[in-house]
Amino acid sequence: MDAQSALILLTDGIANGAIYLLIALGTVLIFSVTRVIFVPFGDIAALTALTVAAVQFGKLPGTVWLVIVLAAIAVSMELGKAVRERRLHRVPSALAFYAVLPMLPVLAAMAVTGIELKLPQFGQMLLALALVLPISPLINRVVFEPLAGASVLVLLIVAVAVHFALSGLALLFFGPEGFRNEPVSDASFAIGDVTITVQVLLMVTAAISLSGLLFLYFEGTATGKALRATAINQTGARLVGIRPRRTGAIAFVLASLLGGVSGLLIGPVTTVYYDSGFLIGLKAFVAAIVGGLGSYPMTAVGAVGVGILESFASYWSSSLKESIVFGILIPVLLWRSLISPQHEEEEEEIG
Amino acid sequence: MSGSPFDKAILATVVCGLAAAPLLVAPFTVTLLNYVGIGALVALGLVLLTGFGGLTSFGQASLVGIGAYATAWLSTRVGADPWLGLVLALALTGGVAAILGAVTLRLGGHFLPLSTIAWGIAIYFLFGNVPGLGYHDGIKEIPPITLVGVPLASNFAIFYLVWVALGISMWLMRNLLDSREGRAIRSLRGGATMIASLGVNLFRIRLVIFVIAAMLAGLAGWLYAHMNRYISPSPFDVQPSIEYLLMAMVGGATSIYGAVVGAAVVTLLKNFFQDVLPHVSKNAGQLEIVAFSVLLILILMYARGGLMSAVRRLAPSRPAAPLPPGTQPLPRRSQPRAGTPLLRVEGAVKRFGGLVAVNQVSFDIKAGEIVGLIGPNGAGKSTMFNLITGAQRASAGKFTFLGRNITNLPQQRIAAAGIARTFQHVKLRPTMTLLDNVMLGTYVRTRAGFALGASRLDRAEEAQAKIEALRQLGRVGLAEKAQLNAGNLPLGSQRMLEVARALAADPVLIVLDEPAAGLRRGEKDALALQLRAVRDDGVTILIVEHDMEFVMGLVDRVVVMDFGAKLTEGLPSEVRASPIVQEAYLGGVA
Repeated sequence: MDAQSALILLTDGIANGAIYLLIALGTVLIFSVTRVIFVPFGDIAALTALTVAAVQFGKLPGTVWLVIVLAAIAVSMELGKAVRERRLHRVPSALAFYAVLPMLPVLAAMAVTGIELKLPQFGQMLLALALVLPISPLINRVVFEPLAGASVLVLLIVAVAVHFALSGLALLFFGPEGFRNEPVSDASFAIGDVTITVQVLLMVTAAISLSGLLFLYFEGTATGKALRATAINQTGARLVGIRPRRTGAIAFVLASLLGGVSGLLIGPVTTVYYDSGFLIGLKAFVAAIVGGLGSYPMTAVGAVGVGILESFASYWSSSLKESIVFGILIPVLLWRSLISPQHEEEEEEIG
Repeated sequence: MSGSPFDKAILATVVCGLAAAPLLVAPFTVTLLNYVGIGALVALGLVLLTGFGGLTSFGQASLVGIGAYATAWLSTRVGADPWLGLVLALALTGGVAAILGAVTLRLGGHFLPLSTIAWGIAIYFLFGNVPGLGYHDGIKEIPPITLVGVPLASNFAIFYLVWVALGISMWLMRNLLDSREGRAIRSLRGGATMIASLGVNLFRIRLVIFVIAAMLAGLAGWLYAHMNRYISPSPFDVQPSIEYLLMAMVGGATSIYGAVVGAAVVTLLKNFFQDVLPHVSKNAGQLEIVAFSVLLILILMYARGGLMSAVRRLAPSRPAAPLPPGTQPLPRRSQPRAGTPLLRVEGAVKRFGGLVAVNQVSFDIKAGEIVGLIGPNGAGKSTMFNLITGAQRASAGKFTFLGRNITNLPQQRIAAAGIARTFQHVKLRPTMTLLDNVMLGTYVRTRAGFALGASRLDRAEEAQAKIEALRQLGRVGLAEKAQLNAGNLPLGSQRMLEVARALAADPVLIVLDEPAAGLRRGEKDALALQLRAVRDDGVTILIVEHDMEFVMGLVDRVVVMDFGAKLTEGLPSEVRASPIVQEAYLGGVA
C-alpha cells in the first residue's frame, strides 16, 4: 500500500468515525442517564436516511405511520396514568409533548406529499429529521419508562427486541431496495494528493461541532447539569428535585437528534437498506465500549479508531471487514477488564 | 427437588407421549418436533444463563452455528465420523465461550451480552466468507449420525436422538441446580457481596454457566447439521438468537421445563407466521420478527415469570426428601484455644477520595471472646466491618487472621479462611427455601463441583450438608419451617436465618452487622441467648451494633470508634464510665 492510498483510507476512516461518534455519544448519554443500552440507534440513523429518500421521491414516508401509532399508544398511556393518579392537570402538557409535537412533522409530511410540493433539499432533510426525532422519545415513553425499575439486563434485552421490531417495520415501509440520497454538494478539493469531498468535510465538522455543543450543554446549562447528576447518582439526583423521567426524556430527545443527523450525513455516502442500521449502531457500540459506556473523550477516540480500522480492513479483505471490526472487541474488552479489575455493581433481583 | 407423585405422573405421561409421537402424527409434525427439541436445548442453556445467572447472550445462534459447521466440516471435508464431530463441536463452542467469558465477565454484567451481539455477527460473517466452509452456499451432503451401525437418516429416526439428548440434558441440569454449585448459581442474582461472603467465586460460576450454555448450543448445532444434512450461514445470524431468548422467556426464565414449553410455542408461532405472512404484504418477510420482538417486550413488561410460573402455582408443593439413615454431619474444624490471638487489625485506613472513613484503627480479638464494635452514627463502624470481611479494600493497614496475612484478600478467600458474616440489611434468597439458604452457608466446607452435582454423585456430601443445615435451623428455632421460602419470614426470623447460614460455614470468627436492628425486645433476648451459646461452642464473635443495652449486656469487651478513629477500648463497665465515650455520644458532659 502506498502513502496515497493510505491517506485516502485514513480520510474515509475518519469520515466513518465521525458518524460512529455521533451515534456512540448518544448511546453513552442514554445509558448513563437511563441505564438503557439503546441498541436501535443505528436504526434511527437508517430510518432518517430512508425517510429522506422517500421525501426526495415525493412519497409519503412510512415513518409517518410509526410515529402515529407510537404517539397514540404513548398518549393513551399518559391519559390512563393521569386518570389513575387523579392528576388531570398534567394532561395538557402530556398531550403537547406526546401528541402535538410528534404530529406536527407528520402533518407537514402529509401536506407536502399531498400537494406534491417539491421542497428544496435542505427542507427535505429538515422534514425527515423532524419526522424521525420523536421516535426514540416515544419508544422511551411506551417501552422503557414502564420498566424503569428493571435491571440493565432486562432493559438491554428489550432494546435488542426494539431493534428487530424497528428494522422489520422498516422493511415493511421502505421495501428491500437500498437508497442513496443526493449529496448536499458534489464539490471536492485537493490537499496535496488527497481529494476531499465537501460531504466528508461536512461529516467531520458536524461531529466535532455537535460534540462541542453537547459539552457546552452539559457544562453550562442547568438541564445539562441535571442530566450529569442523574448519570452519577439517580437517587441523589431525585433527592435534590431532579425528576428522572424528565431527564430520561431529554436524554432521548438529544440522542435522537444525534442519531438523526448521522442518518442525514450517511445517506449520501453509502447505500442504506432497511437493516443497515444494526451494523452502524453496533460499530458505534464498539466505540462506546472503548469508553467503558461512560467516558465521552474515550468514546470519541474509539469511534475514530473503529472508523479507521474498518476502512483499512475493507482494503485488506472486503468480505472479512465486519469480522475484523467486531473481532477487535475482544482485545478491547481484555484491556478494559485489566484497567478496571474491580467493577462489580450490585444488581437487583431480576425475576 | 425430588419429584412428588404428581410430578412423576406428568413426566411419565409426557415421555410416553413423545415416545409414541412419531407413530401417531404426520411426518411434518415430526420435523417440527425435532426443531422444538433442538431449540429447547439452546433455550435450556439460556434458562441457566439468564434465568438463574442474571447474564444473557445474543450470540447463541452463532454458537449453534459453530457446532453445526464444526461437525459438517469434519464429516464432509475430512470424512470423520459424526460422533467425532460432536466432540469437536463441544470443544469449539466451550472454548469460544471460555475465551469470551474470560475477557468480559470481570466487567459489569452488561458487557457480556453486548459483546455477544458483536461477536455473533463476526462469527456469522466468517461462516459466509471462510474458504472451506462453502461461502454463502454452505455445506451440502452432510452424512447422518450412525448409532450402533444404524444410520439415523430420516427425521423419524433422529427424533429419538434429539429428545433423548434433550431429556438427558434436562436431567443433568435439574441435578446441577439442586447441588452445591447449583445453590450458588441460583444465588447469583442476590448480589456480588452476598455471594462472595459465602466463599463463592462469582467469576468462576459465571464463566462455567456461560460455557455450559455454549456447549448446549454446540450440541444443538451438531444435531441440526446431521438432521438437515445441509447448512448455510443464515440460521446462525443474530436474529435467530433473539428467538432462542424468546423461547427461554416465554416458558419462564427460571424453569427447566419452560425451555421446552417456550421452544414449542415459538416454533409453532414461527411456522404459523411463515404460512400467513406472505399473504399480508410482499414486504412482510420481517413481520414475524416484529411480532416476536413485541411478544418478548410484553413478556418482560408484564409476565417475567413466563408460562411455567402460572403452571407452578397450580402444582402441589413438594415434600422434603428423607435423609439416608446413618448420615454423619459435616466434620467440624478444631477451634483455636480460648485466649489465643485470632484477629489483629493494625493501622487500618480507608479513604474515599478526600474523606477518611477509617483512620489508623488498631485492635485485637482473641479466640472465644464476644467483642462489640460501637460508636455514634458515622463513626466508621460499617466501613471497618467491610475492611475485615474484604467487602472493601483498605487504603493502608494490616489484617492478620490466625497468624495469616489476610489484608485485601478477595472476599471469598476471607470467607474460606473462617470468617462468616451477616448483613445489616438482610441478604437472603427470598425465593429459595430456608433449608437451601442455610445450605448455602456450607459452601466453604463442601467440595462437590459441577460434574459431581450434575451426575448426582454428590449425594453423600449433600446429605451431610443437609443435616448440618437442619441442625443450624433447629438452633435458631426454624427447623419446622425448613421447606418454606425465606421471603415469607418476618424480619426477626430472617435475621436468625442469616445467623444460621453464617454458622453453617463452621466459622472461627462470626462478624454480625447490627444484628439487633429492627428486632423486638423478646427477639433481642433470644438472639443474645443464641450468641452466648455460639460462643460457648468455641466460635468467636464480633458485633457491630447501635443498641447499647443489647451490646453491653452481651459482650466481653468493647471497641469504641468515633469520627473514623478508635476512641478507646475496654470492659463494658469501663467504657460506660469513660467520660470521652459519654462525650462522643452525648456531645459533652456538663
